[in-house]
Amino acid sequence: MQTVLPNFFFYLLAAIILFSAFLTITRRSAVHSAIWLVITLLGVAGLYLHLEAEFLAAVQVLVYIGGITVLFLFVIMLVNLDEAAKERQFNRHWALAMICAGVLLLELVFFIAKGEQAFYFAEPAGGTLQPNTQLIAYALYRDYMLPFELASLLLLVAMIGAVVMAKKDLT
Amino acid sequence: MQIPLPPAIAPYFWPVVYGVILLAVFPLAAGYIVLLERKVMADIQARLGPMRVGPHGLLQPIADAVKLLLKEDIIPELTDKWVFWISPIISVVTALVALFLIPMSDKLPVPDLNIGLLFILSLTSVGILGIILGGWSSNSHYPLLGALRSTAQLVSYEVALGFAIVGGLMVAGTLSMQEMVRNQLAQGVWFVFYQPVAFLIYFIAALAETNRAPFDMPEAESEIVAGYHTEYSGFRFALYFLAEYSNIVIVCSIATTLFLGGWLRPFPNVRALDFLNYFPVIALAGLGAFCLLGAAREARTIEKLGMAGLGGALILMGLACLLPGVLPAVEGLFWFIAKVCLGLYTFIWIRFTLPRYRYDQLMRIGWLWLIPLAIANVIVTGVVMMLWQ
Amino acid sequence: MATSTPQATFLDANEIVINMGPQHPSTHGVLRVILKLDGEKVMGTECIIGYLHRGVEKIAENRTYVQFAPYVDRMDYVAAVSNGLGYCEAIEKLLNAEAPPRARYVRTILTELNRISSHLLWLGTHALDLGAITPLFYTFREREEILKIFENYCGARLTTHAFRIGGLQYETYDGFEEQVKAFCDYFPPKVDEYETLLTGNRIWLERTKGVGILKADEAIDMCVTGPVLRASGVKWDLRKAKPYAAYAELDFDIPTGPNGDTFDRYFVRMEEMRQSIRIVRQAVAKIPEGPIMGKVPKIMKPPVGEIYHSIEAPKGELGYYVVSDGSTQPYRVRVRPPCFINLQALDRMCRGHLVADVVAIIGTIDIVLGEVDR
Repeated sequence: MQTVLPNFFFYLLAAIILFSAFLTITRRSAVHSAIWLVITLLGVAGLYLHLEAEFLAAVQVLVYIGGITVLFLFVIMLVNLDEAAKERQFNRHWALAMICAGVLLLELVFFIAKGEQAFYFAEPAGGTLQPNTQLIAYALYRDYMLPFELASLLLLVAMIGAVVMAKKDLT
Repeated sequence: MQIPLPPAIAPYFWPVVYGVILLAVFPLAAGYIVLLERKVMADIQARLGPMRVGPHGLLQPIADAVKLLLKEDIIPELTDKWVFWISPIISVVTALVALFLIPMSDKLPVPDLNIGLLFILSLTSVGILGIILGGWSSNSHYPLLGALRSTAQLVSYEVALGFAIVGGLMVAGTLSMQEMVRNQLAQGVWFVFYQPVAFLIYFIAALAETNRAPFDMPEAESEIVAGYHTEYSGFRFALYFLAEYSNIVIVCSIATTLFLGGWLRPFPNVRALDFLNYFPVIALAGLGAFCLLGAAREARTIEKLGMAGLGGALILMGLACLLPGVLPAVEGLFWFIAKVCLGLYTFIWIRFTLPRYRYDQLMRIGWLWLIPLAIANVIVTGVVMMLWQ
Repeated sequence: MATSTPQATFLDANEIVINMGPQHPSTHGVLRVILKLDGEKVMGTECIIGYLHRGVEKIAENRTYVQFAPYVDRMDYVAAVSNGLGYCEAIEKLLNAEAPPRARYVRTILTELNRISSHLLWLGTHALDLGAITPLFYTFREREEILKIFENYCGARLTTHAFRIGGLQYETYDGFEEQVKAFCDYFPPKVDEYETLLTGNRIWLERTKGVGILKADEAIDMCVTGPVLRASGVKWDLRKAKPYAAYAELDFDIPTGPNGDTFDRYFVRMEEMRQSIRIVRQAVAKIPEGPIMGKVPKIMKPPVGEIYHSIEAPKGELGYYVVSDGSTQPYRVRVRPPCFINLQALDRMCRGHLVADVVAIIGTIDIVLGEVDR
């Protein structure tokens, strides 16, 4: 019972994630894709919970679903996608694309074959990730303070750039 | 209560029972909150409010619920049927799940998440999806605009809300809801006295988060008819309504838990004020006496009987609290509900006193005033806490 | 830098046209306003009226002068007493008759009470448009007292037909003066109550200050009259400029506003309510005894000619242009409706504001569609 239940949840979450991800990319309506994306992200949050990283799970829901998906929906609703769909979707470089995809596939197969014995079911960390919130706080603000600040600076630059590009000329 | 249960389901049994009871009781309670709003609104507007259905209108919520359930389920022709169907469900489910996590008393089997408050905030932000999808799926100009505006407002004020909560969290030291209240008991002070600015910002942001006046432009009748729920009627509208009032209860409950001491009575550590423990008895008995007085003034016999019955029930509840063992079990719940009702009354009071802000003014207040003030509060709190140590 | 993308939607097109009304909670009647918007900013408005047109002026040509008097109330139905006053005085001028002093005083009292009730209704609905739901109930409570006085006097609350050509039909009832005096004592603290709720309220100020500015020269150009004109700084009131009824013998002030924005129009109307109480108090103290009906013929056949007579109605200058051809029915009655003419200023006042302000501006002109459309 002890090992069956966690495995069951893992399989369930994995199935949900894969199924929703597949539906995300195959829907015709962009809003439906966004909704299936929400389900996928919820599944990922569930995986974080499964790994006993509850802070990450909550923040995943809060930021990804409550913020980013909402913004996706804003864009979808404010931009006329029918006209965008009428534009040429793909350019003609099939051959180059196939070569790049093939190279990537080879790399993936190589690394998967090499690290085969590294695969195992992720056991719940059992204490190493607890207390999750404090550990993340220490990591972000103590051990990795500089990269964190650099990342926020990058976000700030992106935000300012977006505002500058979107501002109307106030003539 | 000790019931022998197999160890596999033992930790889950009582929370599930509590959840089911909450799910059954809360829609009725939300209906009575609507009645409360109508009565307080009427009082502010120098009139009486619902008086016909039941004595003093006390059966009005039941009449409203029956009406909404029996209405024809209209789905406009060109809507996206699945999204139209699921939007109110998203709003209601997230609101009810968040409600389930609020500790109304230390005796209730509410699961103690160590990230409780953060999880509730995440649920509220998922609830925003219900609004934006509802507006979009109605396939109509006004609901879409209303939904987009409402969502932009909610997302902006979430930032202010979050920063205000961070101020409170710095003093509380934990994200767990039960732990916060226990810390207030340990320190003997409600955190509102440590963080008055944060409480004020939280309250204003909560008004905006629940789309209440003076921040209810997206729902204002004179502008966009009814905003995102224009095309919804009958039971679906009832679901949106339930979600809105659940959200109000949730934000008031968070304010109560984080700032106002949760289920603690005022001055919980002062032994001299222990007589305040009997306040629930006096309050219930007083309400019962008030109802009996009202019963005496009623004109028709059936209403007399109704009010008298209600008064009698309240007095009996008050007296039951005097039985040994009952008062410690229920006083936490009583104080929590009393504080949440105070918050609700203030929400209603503000709604019917102030005009509403224009949308751009609303966004300006959120971004230019509340967020910088909340950030300043966090910085000052951090500095003070560092100097205090 | 924002280039026009090929995917233009109805939301980012340069000009959107939005239709407000005729069924809309805030257009105060059946008014249809077409807004041309650039994003959220109003670039221009167009009013489509006529939904309440009943052909009142044409009806006048087929009724005798006495028969037409009740129709006049139905134009500005909120301020029916003023409509009646203007009409009766116009016909009296045509007949070269004069109402006796007692009639003139009672007419003044009732007209000023009517001004207060019209402004109270305006205040309640304007506050409601801006989101303050409560003042409506308070103003209607005060309005009840005034309507009780009307009902006691002439039997009707709204479309009163209180006056007759030549004077009054009904003598004032027993207790009229006491009831009016009681109202004069009851009312001023209520105005202070409204001011507490609204004038100092920061949200109210932000919604009304600087919104819908109409400059004095623009107002005069567009023949705007009434509180809208006075709020733009022009001190013009027919009660002082061309006194009628008993106004020449009474003492009162004309409030004006400096900027001509929505807040000034609100302020001017609040002050006018206070000044009206002042007028009523003086008039009640000074009512002379005497007959209530002047010398007018039973069958009215005014001499051939034309007359234009105007009064200061609560909404502005209400004028009657009556042409008589010697018969018992007028040849033409043309009404100068203040709301209709003030509505012209809507376009100028709305330019550059947001959609939410349009509702405030329509409310602040104080239109009654019955008068705009007749």
